Amino acid sequence: MAFTNEQLERYSRHIILKEVGSKGQKKLLDSSVLIIGAGGLGAPAAMYLAASGVGTIGIADADEVDLSNLQRQIIHSTNDVGKAKVLSAKETMEAMNPDVTVNTYRTFVSSDNIMDLIKDYDFIIDGTDNFPAKFLINDACVMAKKPFSHAGIIRFKGQLMTYVPGQGPCYRCVFKNPPPKDAVPTCKQAGVIGAMGGVIGSLQAMEAIKYILGIGDLLTGYLLTYDAINMEFHKIKLPTYTHNCAVCGDNPTITELIDYEQAECDGVL
Amino acid sequence: MANFNIDDTVDITDVVCPTTFVKAKVALEELDDGQILSVKMNDGEPVQNVPRSIKEEGHQILKLIDNEDGTYNLIVKKVGD
Repeated sequence: MAFTNEQLERYSRHIILKEVGSKGQKKLLDSSVLIIGAGGLGAPAAMYLAASGVGTIGIADADEVDLSNLQRQIIHSTNDVGKAKVLSAKETMEAMNPDVTVNTYRTFVSSDNIMDLIKDYDFIIDGTDNFPAKFLINDACVMAKKPFSHAGIIRFKGQLMTYVPGQGPCYRCVFKNPPPKDAVPTCKQAGVIGAMGGVIGSLQAMEAIKYILGIGDLLTGYLLTYDAINMEFHKIKLPTYTHNCAVCGDNPTITELIDYEQAECDGVL
Repeated sequence: MANFNIDDTVDITDVVCPTTFVKAKVALEELDDGQILSVKMNDGEPVQNVPRSIKEEGHQILKLIDNEDGTYNLIVKKVGD
């Protein structure tokens, strides 16, 4: 496929980069990324991936845009309140870049649908706001051998890690099981600073882009934490010994997907 | 131009900076090591900047030919793949 002059101009700052070039830009245009959750993390991730020319972007979310989302979920506008988040997100991405095909899935992920959702995508972004979904995405990606970026945000803190099959620990290696429900603050108790989704969601988009291009070092084997109040980033090395992990270990005890019970309002992650 | 075995040509007179360089770079990426590209460009900013940028990428500038109509042909040998 030859680039049009418009594409050369649109992607000029990518193509100029030695690490990207026209071949890298073609890789991006030929790639597909699934974003689960069109919220605080998914919004900036989706926007940067669309702007970058990732050719196929899937977005899954069952919710509608709420006025209280707009403080951080920058893919949605005031006029979108009440609209399905996936539709609002699709409209924004298509307006940004006509090269992108957006597939919408107006659903929450569950053990029934997740394998089917992820199967055609090169990379998965976990932009969900609850632990049952996070463990489900991890287990499904491990079983389907799909790379994904985990992230979570709350108050002034954020964290992320990248899983690539065979290249380091999975989310369950590190966190084992969802925390007890009473240990998790609810949305109303917790809050989150709006720009946190922008910082962490953009890092997730960057990991997806680097994975597609095959450049640099990914955040595999590490957990990156960001504390905005103290302006501290920490890159924490994770244990490399994962043979006893319940899902990605040598003798996994979790061989079927689990739908953990979800608290009424599990956090704002 | 008769002195060179041109493998491919690209016309960057229809775009402006930085797309001028980008278009030339993309054309070079399509070639193999040692192949020769002729880049047609306008006088002025493109002639001042594009050859320098191509050189910085490690390619070899063989000749800049003045077409005496306000355009130039830059003959470049691709280095590396």
